[in-house]
Amino acid sequence: MQHISVVTPEYAARRAMRANSDCPQLWSTLDTVFDPELPQVTIWDLGILVDVQQLGARRCKVVVSPTYSGCPAIDVISEDIVSALNSAGVKQVEVAVSLSPAWSTDLISPAGKAAMLSQGIAPPDKSVNCPQCGSEHTSVISQFGSTACKALYKCNDCLEPFDYFKEF
Amino acid sequence: MNNFSNSTLYNYLLGLADDALILGQRTSEWCSRGPFLEEDIALSNVALDYIGRARMFYQYAAEVEGKGRSEDDLAYFRDEREFSNLLINELPNYDFAFSMVRQYFLDVHACLYLQGLTASTDQHLAAIASKAIKESRYHLKRSQTWLLQLGLGTEESNKRMQTAIDELWGYTPEMFMMTETETQLSTAGIAVNRDNLLQQWTATVTADIRSADLQIPDQQWQVVGGREGKHSEHLGHLLAQMQILQRSYPGLEW
Ligand SMILES: [Zn+2]
Repeated sequence: MQHISVVTPEYAARRAMRANSDCPQLWSTLDTVFDPELPQVTIWDLGILVDVQQLGARRCKVVVSPTYSGCPAIDVISEDIVSALNSAGVKQVEVAVSLSPAWSTDLISPAGKAAMLSQGIAPPDKSVNCPQCGSEHTSVISQFGSTACKALYKCNDCLEPFDYFKEF
Repeated sequence: MNNFSNSTLYNYLLGLADDALILGQRTSEWCSRGPFLEEDIALSNVALDYIGRARMFYQYAAEVEGKGRSEDDLAYFRDEREFSNLLINELPNYDFAFSMVRQYFLDVHACLYLQGLTASTDQHLAAIASKAIKESRYHLKRSQTWLLQLGLGTEESNKRMQTAIDELWGYTPEMFMMTETETQLSTAGIAVNRDNLLQQWTATVTADIRSADLQIPDQQWQVVGGREGKHSEHLGHLLAQMQILQRSYPGLEW
């Protein structure tokens, strides 16, 4: 059976920070930016979006943290951030990349994990369950799947291969 | 006050960047040539991690140098003798066994080295290390698994792994050699003292090699010189392939 996603302390801390922010509308705008490799998961849900600060009437600074050092998606994500905020009337957008603290799968929101599951990707968890039938009888095919952040698994019960978003 | 110059830090960063770039480029040669599809993807992803690591070090090096050069300038417009990577990183892939043994030796080293670097008094370096170490730990899981699987596999796979170990062993001492730059920066708490890593590296590698039914060679030879820009004949070819586009069309962008 699928687990009920619990809120990690890391995600709880992010959620509290966002709740205390003085620019909730900027956060909402950024909820329209999705990870290019995971089309249903927003950069907020994936934990790549670290912070956004209003610097002036039409200026803001966005901080992002890449998943992996070699992640080719980070440039596209930066462009998407700028264009989303521009469309919302924020003319000057600075995107800064922060490396520390390093991104980890503990930052992913429960909604992000649910969105992965709905796309047939097993979310990071203690046990790797088949996203199709929920079976716990799965085995690894390759440590790397279609992207660096995923591993390739197969289900020993329904025999379907699937991507597992690696705990990292 | 720190009693080292910017160029000291720059040289150190360049060494770390060159190590990552050359191994990344070398490993990327497996792309479309892997023994099977999943392994092909895995090798390409490892290569990508190393190129990402190289970018972080080059960006920082360019900033420290302060001459307006970019990360790309450092990667594409320096000649062979200006590269200061370790020799083990530039050796050709030969076969899968060779690539995996090299990766394994370097992964064990990287996990120890980056662990030390996370405690660097240089915040930027510590941040890069905290990012990179997670990747290296993952790479090690893979290369360690392959070491065991191929060592304990068939007669042929065991033989190839042993050949690779024998061939690579003499290149490993260079991983523990301190340059003058590193000694200076390690005293200042910035760089990692490589001397301190040797014992644990040897213990881990010896144990794993034994479990894989392979032997540590008793040969005493060693080859060094990469840090001073004295390279094998292989680096020039690698650079030619990597740099040709920028050298032919300087400043070309996608
Ligand atoms: Zn299944």
